[in-house]
Amino acid sequence: MTKRPFLGWFVTPAGLIAIGIAASFLAILQYSLRAHVPGMLDPGGFTFDNFTTLLKPAYGKAFITTVLLCFWTALFTLLIGYPLAFAMLRTRSGWMRGAMLIITLTPLFLGEVVRTYSWIIVLGNQGFLNSALLGIGLIDEPISFMFTTMGVVIALVHFTLPIVVIMLAAAIAHIDRKLEQAAFSLGAGRVRVFLTVTLPLSVPGIVAASSTAFAWTFSAFATPQMIGGGQVVTISTLVYQVGFASFNFPLAASLSLAGLLFTIAVLSIFNLGMRRIERQGAH
Amino acid sequence: MNRTPLDHLLTWSGRILVALILGFVLLPFVVVLIASFNHSSILTFPPQDWSLRWYAHAFEYDDFADGVKNSLIIAAFGSTLALVAGTGFAYVLNRYEFRGKATLHAVLMSSLVIPNFTIGLGLLILAASVSIPRSMGLLVFLHITIVLPFVVRSVYVSLQNFERQLEAAAESLGAAPRRVLFTVTLPLLLPGLAAGWLFAAILSFNEFTASLFLVNQRTQTLPVAMYNYVREYADPTLAAVSVIYVVAVAAMLILAHIFFRLEKVLNVD
Repeated sequence: MTKRPFLGWFVTPAGLIAIGIAASFLAILQYSLRAHVPGMLDPGGFTFDNFTTLLKPAYGKAFITTVLLCFWTALFTLLIGYPLAFAMLRTRSGWMRGAMLIITLTPLFLGEVVRTYSWIIVLGNQGFLNSALLGIGLIDEPISFMFTTMGVVIALVHFTLPIVVIMLAAAIAHIDRKLEQAAFSLGAGRVRVFLTVTLPLSVPGIVAASSTAFAWTFSAFATPQMIGGGQVVTISTLVYQVGFASFNFPLAASLSLAGLLFTIAVLSIFNLGMRRIERQGAH
Repeated sequence: MNRTPLDHLLTWSGRILVALILGFVLLPFVVVLIASFNHSSILTFPPQDWSLRWYAHAFEYDDFADGVKNSLIIAAFGSTLALVAGTGFAYVLNRYEFRGKATLHAVLMSSLVIPNFTIGLGLLILAASVSIPRSMGLLVFLHITIVLPFVVRSVYVSLQNFERQLEAAAESLGAAPRRVLFTVTLPLLLPGLAAGWLFAAILSFNEFTASLFLVNQRTQTLPVAMYNYVREYADPTLAAVSVIYVVAVAAMLILAHIFFRLEKVLNVD
């Protein structure tokens, strides 16, 4: 055995943090199996009631809403993220590339609250978009973007776009340009080269980016809460509401647990898909 | 390569498409900028009168000042402690095999997959069941768990690109392991450590969802103070705060781009 001079020293702080993380999972697991005592913060005896409560339509509806939000957000983010990532890498001007990078990245470091607030000012009934549309006479009545799924999706696409663009750009950057040049020299047009060479080779990046978009949307809270305004109820807003409006922490715990298991299941499906694609690529 | 009319059409439609997408990214910030100078306390477009009163109000509002202070303290402690724990862990991850390594790694990286509201709720329940009050210390611990994976990843990448011969050279010249660590290994890792710390600090400063579960009136962070403000008042004060936020972040990124070339940092070169 080789000497390991720093093992104990280096692993202990991380180990202590890991114990804290593991303990908070166990706390959620434990609470999800306890009864809620109205008016009390301490939970009652052991029960499976929380999980049967989750079968009620209201909770099922929140699950479906969340999944649909994740699906639409991931789809639209990919559709607008791919051209942006592609253009960023293929532009010949370093100045343009830098500007595009900074514009794309700035929102990433603003946090969810600033970005969501900005969208409220754009989408509100007296917001920018409605004022502009009314001003040029395109509409007579303000369109309701607030408190709608569409409004939440617009803001969530903005929320997940930077990370998706970075992941796609990294994937596209690592495609060997010689493969594209070979296709060109064999007489393929630009559209054909993109569709038969570039796009297929970036599929692993697309899968990774969409699973990340999915996970981000799933855990988004401020956006559905502020723009959805109680009309678009997701797992995250429901957990907060159950916890802090009715102080039913056992139910909030079981809801988070169900959500967590669901996220893990979805991400595993993405991973499995990715592995299958990589295997096919190897042939 | 011969350019056909179709190629020109593609080039131009591509440029217009990308311009529209960049417009979508920038739109909310341009709108917030306009709204922040609106004199009226009701948002109207275009504004009738202009003023800086919302900026003045943002600076006078105590919750924001306290929020900035709390967020800075939590980000500084959280990311520094995460750097210490994360660097040590990345080092042993890279160099040693030991029992429970995979489990430890999985637990520490789990916050990448687990939604932040679940992390916040879990720690809240844990703290309540062992009677720990909602304090700054608890928030710092929360932020450590959230930023740790990013620090570990950043340091681990630096360790993978590390020239082990330099350590071997120091050892063969008779340096003890501790001396090698402090005079060779750590100085060479410095860029990776700095990047990891900075990223962790920014992430921590902006963290909202998990913190919302653990703050109280006294410990609320800036994002939480901003969220509470929107729920109570409808005036454009938050637009002023947002403008300051956007300008600060954009300035930091422009500087980072000038000094480090963002393409290289993000591996999209």
